[in-house]
Amino acid sequence: MRNALAIAGKELRSYFVSPIAYVVLTGFLLLGGWFFFNLLARFDFLLSIYSAMRNPEAQARLNLNDFVMAPLLHNLSVVLVILIPVITMRTFAEERRTGTYELLMTSPLSISEIVAGKFLGVVAFLIVMLGLTGIYPLILLMYGNPEVGVIAAGYLGLFLLAIAFAGVGLLTSSLTENQIIAAVSCLVVLLLLYVISWPAETSGAVLGAILKYLSLTEHFGEMVKGIIQTKDLVYFASVIVLALFLTHRSVESVRWR
Amino acid sequence: MIEVRNLTKRFGEIVAIRDISFTAATGQILGFLGPNGAGKTTTMRIITGFMPASSGTVKVAGYDIFEDSYEVRKRIGYLPESPPLYFDMNVLTYLRFVGRIKGIAKAELSDHVDRALAQCGLVEVAGRLVGHLSKGFRQRVGLAQALIHNPSVLVLDEPTIGLDPRQIIEIRTLIRELAGERTVILSTHILPEVAQLCEKVVIIDDGQIVVEDALANLTREMSLEQVFLQNITKDRGVVDVEEGAAP
Repeated sequence: MRNALAIAGKELRSYFVSPIAYVVLTGFLLLGGWFFFNLLARFDFLLSIYSAMRNPEAQARLNLNDFVMAPLLHNLSVVLVILIPVITMRTFAEERRTGTYELLMTSPLSISEIVAGKFLGVVAFLIVMLGLTGIYPLILLMYGNPEVGVIAAGYLGLFLLAIAFAGVGLLTSSLTENQIIAAVSCLVVLLLLYVISWPAETSGAVLGAILKYLSLTEHFGEMVKGIIQTKDLVYFASVIVLALFLTHRSVESVRWR
Repeated sequence: MIEVRNLTKRFGEIVAIRDISFTAATGQILGFLGPNGAGKTTTMRIITGFMPASSGTVKVAGYDIFEDSYEVRKRIGYLPESPPLYFDMNVLTYLRFVGRIKGIAKAELSDHVDRALAQCGLVEVAGRLVGHLSKGFRQRVGLAQALIHNPSVLVLDEPTIGLDPRQIIEIRTLIRELAGERTVILSTHILPEVAQLCEKVVIIDDGQIVVEDALANLTREMSLEQVFLQNITKDRGVVDVEEGAAP
């Protein structure tokens, strides 16, 4: 565990001494801010229309959770699909290219420690990244009265989604020494997981249910609505565990190839 | 201290090393020679546990590299051909990181780092970024990295390659100082270096050991250059020279 933390610390430091962290965080917050501003403006516009029309029923249905937070979290999840491959692409690929892999692999470390260290490093970075977007719900709380529980469930969903993405990113990075190949293959896998349920409605009951179950969006969508169900948590845990297990295998195969 | 026995490594169809065996005693500096592509780096990578052999065994300090890989890795310091450096770390942070993953207890870490810095002449550049250092200093950081956990075996893959003459002399002096009670395997192309440093010489050619003897025995009648040229095939695959014909 101590070894894993040493590697995690090194990973986290390497994000912040290179421009990567700052470019990624700036881009993420810039896009997040743009989404938030527009959703809020639209909410405000709808509110003024409904009150002008004296339509209390429609006005009652307007709330910050459904009209601002939920679409915001969905939009951020799309941005994560693009940014997380960039965050994880160097984890293993760069060590292999520069030869520092030889240091890691000839040190008295287990492969689990190496993989856990890399994973924790990325998770720590994601905590910073998602934590910074906490400013948006804080603004809502200061000036409005959204439901805090629903927001918390949504954020838990976004965080689990991000970690599952990171697991996939570690896996693709461990398969190659080319960072671009690592990033592109991660992006493709994440997009596939995102859209895999599209044919669900037309592909029969069983296949449709399977495709829906495999889709990240379905599980994430439930949590954004404020519903925390065991099946969704199990889904995310399975994706994370499977990705890390395969990463472990892939790293090990380099040693014993 | 190091016992290599019947080691063979295949990469698909290609046989990189074939049935090689040699030993190095405690406190000995062993010069590991051979032309490019002879299998030196492959052998060293197997000894350090970076990759497994196809068959054969390696024992380091009594531990088998396959069964007790962890124990062996704790006892080996390894400087690969290109030093495994993180260019975005400064020297001190880098050595502290390496010390931690080599299993040095937190309380002793500073002592180990200070010792390695002093041994390799890095005290003045401890705060500099590794990526900003000259090649000679990077090589020293690589050596410090191999030494940090005070290993009983040092495996150095061409430690003086690409250095200027003054730096070569410095690194050589350092290796001699380091030897002491350690076993050192040193691969190099520079024959005078072997003549100056090593007690024992192993020459590998086309994946096979062609010479294993004490330096004194080899150089009794001719220079090391002559021994080397006599024992290696001149153009591999073209000229068929009888192998193993040590004088």
